[in-house]
Amino acid sequence: MQRFEIVVVGAGPAGIAAAVSAAESGAQVCVLDAGAAPGGQIWRGGAERHSRTAARWATRLRQGQQISVQQNTQVVAPLAAGELLVERPDGPQSIGYDRLILATGARELLLPFPGWTLPGVTGVGGLQALIKGGVPIKGRRVVVAGSGPLLLAVAAGLRRSGAEVRLIAEQSDWARLLAFGAQLPLDPARLLQALRLRATLGRTAYRAGCWVEQAHGAEQLEAVTLRHGAQRWREPCEQLACGFGLVPNSELAATLGCAINAGAVVVDYAQQTSVSGILAAGEVAGIAGVEAALAEGAIAGYIAAGRPAQAQPLLARRAAARRFARRLEHTFALRAELRQLASAQTIVCRCEDVHYAALAEHPSWRSAKIHTRCGMGPCQGRICGAATSVLFGWTPESIRPPVAPVALATLITTSSAHSINLEEHV
Amino acid sequence: MAKVNVVINGRPISVAAGSSVAAALALAGVTATRRSITGAARAPVCGIGVCYECRVTINGQAHRLSCQVACAEGMQVVTDAAL
Amino acid sequence: MRTHYDALIIGAGIVGAACASELAQAGLHVAVVEQEIVGGGTTAAGMGHIVVMDGSLPELVLTSYSQQLWAELLAERPADHEHLACGTLWVAADAEELAEAQAKQARYSAHGIASRLVAAAELYALEPLLRPGLAGGLLVPSDSVIYPPRSAALLIERARNHGAQVISAAVCALRPSGVLLADGQTLTAEAVILAGGIRSQALAPELPLRAKQGHLAITERYPHIIRQQLVELGYIKSAHASSGDSVAFNVQPRPTGQLLIGSSRQFDRSERSVDQAMLAQMLRRAVEYMPALAQLTVIRAWTGLRPATPDGLPLIGPAWQRPGVWLATGHEGLGITTALGTAKLLAAQLLGHSAPIPAAPYLPARFDKETAHG
Repeated sequence: MQRFEIVVVGAGPAGIAAAVSAAESGAQVCVLDAGAAPGGQIWRGGAERHSRTAARWATRLRQGQQISVQQNTQVVAPLAAGELLVERPDGPQSIGYDRLILATGARELLLPFPGWTLPGVTGVGGLQALIKGGVPIKGRRVVVAGSGPLLLAVAAGLRRSGAEVRLIAEQSDWARLLAFGAQLPLDPARLLQALRLRATLGRTAYRAGCWVEQAHGAEQLEAVTLRHGAQRWREPCEQLACGFGLVPNSELAATLGCAINAGAVVVDYAQQTSVSGILAAGEVAGIAGVEAALAEGAIAGYIAAGRPAQAQPLLARRAAARRFARRLEHTFALRAELRQLASAQTIVCRCEDVHYAALAEHPSWRSAKIHTRCGMGPCQGRICGAATSVLFGWTPESIRPPVAPVALATLITTSSAHSINLEEHV
Repeated sequence: MAKVNVVINGRPISVAAGSSVAAALALAGVTATRRSITGAARAPVCGIGVCYECRVTINGQAHRLSCQVACAEGMQVVTDAAL
Repeated sequence: MRTHYDALIIGAGIVGAACASELAQAGLHVAVVEQEIVGGGTTAAGMGHIVVMDGSLPELVLTSYSQQLWAELLAERPADHEHLACGTLWVAADAEELAEAQAKQARYSAHGIASRLVAAAELYALEPLLRPGLAGGLLVPSDSVIYPPRSAALLIERARNHGAQVISAAVCALRPSGVLLADGQTLTAEAVILAGGIRSQALAPELPLRAKQGHLAITERYPHIIRQQLVELGYIKSAHASSGDSVAFNVQPRPTGQLLIGSSRQFDRSERSVDQAMLAQMLRRAVEYMPALAQLTVIRAWTGLRPATPDGLPLIGPAWQRPGVWLATGHEGLGITTALGTAKLLAAQLLGHSAPIPAAPYLPARFDKETAHG
């Protein structure tokens, strides 16, 4: 077993900031990251390529004298207290820690509507990630739909990759967007960002108060039905990128026993969770964006390293970033119609093909899971759990280990803390 | 650009080094990665290894995530939809 | 809502559901009080193996009788129970265990239960993934697999069709001729039937129950890589060990194509969390018998609490020193199989009918210290 003072899970902005801050305070730090390079989902494919801020943090991470960054490493399950079972390219390994910082980020919220399971329908960030992996998009007709600032950023990227973006359909309405936009000029960096996006998007139609009602096709997406006020029309396309914002990846935190509220890990002013010695930072502790993630990560890093005074100056930045996030949340709040899109026969649990009507008769997530198999598949409810909490207001129960599906051989690895007598069976 | 050769449902294809298996499938014109338990075609959705829709068999090993695995020389990929 | 019933059953697990179905069909006014969901406790955690076990004569009698009842029930709507008629293949690692297989076969045969000794060559024809060097086995074709929460729900549905009510509430105390609910309401009944598994002890602390925690793990779908439920013959030794932790090779094919991998036993672990070390020991045991399992993907692991009695037999019948209270608990790891037999036995006693099998071995009074010490 390898042992570190501080282990950080995730190398997105929060994880990088946490690791750097802790290491620069003198702690021995290990970063466990599932990706091939630091950056997480937001700085995908290496932070250097994204922004000057990202590059600065990446450099500090790389140059950190006391930081061991382990890429392509999945956390599988907690072992004994202060110990994690991880799977690395060279096999399973147990990693010990004195203090743990969870910076496991977020995933997209995907909501069911008729046809959403057709090949060609992806998340918004999902399509972007697939393209980064080499999936061809050039010349393909794409509708970008759902909600949030990510729609614009991804649409711009799609255009740069040669896709024909037919429409950006934002479910939130102009009244909310304009109220939000009116506050933007106060922040020059964000204004610049918005103007750049506009320039890239050119004449691509952007409709607010517009959403996808249905996806059509036999074995593959052929068109979508869009809804805009009283208007309803069919838009031919080969790809639909549709996502409704983000949900925290709180599964590992839950298996460690950390309190969760509304899907996010509960943290105090010092980013400490309900479990002593475990901190959380970034989207896992509440969707608040990169700025908040960097501040929270740095605070968590300093606190974990025993330097609370260093964290002090960051509190104001964190507060400002969280205020901005709350405005975003209000701006892109989901409209009620989205909860009514699924028909009785619409699949909600994609792993086990459980349709809406089968779920609707249950009082809770657990009841639905036990009796319909919803959430029993390999995604462990990561997609349908978030969807049903929007559709039915259910709270998914804490996830069972392993944190994600894993080779049985990996689970055989344990610390030597516990052994039992096998002889009596032989 | 460096290329790697993989075999998808028995047909060889050459793709840019670093491409995901999901990308190789798309380049080979294979639109579905798997059949759902009731037989519907499915394809990658989340792109980050969370949704499990991109499961394929790689080198005989079932249930690998095609969006998370990079193509390697000689890799044999089989999709459910081909079965 | 009525507040008085002929029979009030505490717990809508498989045992409570079976009792509700049986008593409602007999014409009684039945209520089932469940604090969570139907079939959501130990019922949801178990393997759903409908198996004849011969740890003792009463165990053999109750399990084989119950298995016949299951056969009748399953004949109606097998798919709804996710039934798989896979049989059990008891695996003998060596000559000693093969001798045990032979003894087991003789005991089964004496009770009219079909089983067949399997030589090593046939063992591998049946299950090619078993490791080399095993001695043989015993095939019991009548054993099968169901999905217990579904069966519990179907039994509750049948009870409802016969007028039973399901009340969503927590019982916080037993009262003379009734129960006190957490919301302060009192329900009365001619008979209160305690079928709450290990939780029964919270209402009747004198019950001689101990929790035996078990772990299970389930894989992705790998259709048809095993055909039978496979259990090592060493299981019997471990299942009845009265102390200490143990694991055994016990792998089941699910109708989905998934593999359900067990099993472990740990005393007095009241929490439901997975003990990663115990899970590892259990899986290591499985891989010892079937090396190919190591390459399969595990989706999920969980635990359940078996309500165990000192003699390994359930408590079915009137509670001692608690007039009007009846017990249907203490089934340890056999609650799914024996739920139907339990319901028949309980109903016969409650209604004053003749019991279908001798009731004495399962009577709770056997643990009454007053009478035992005379």
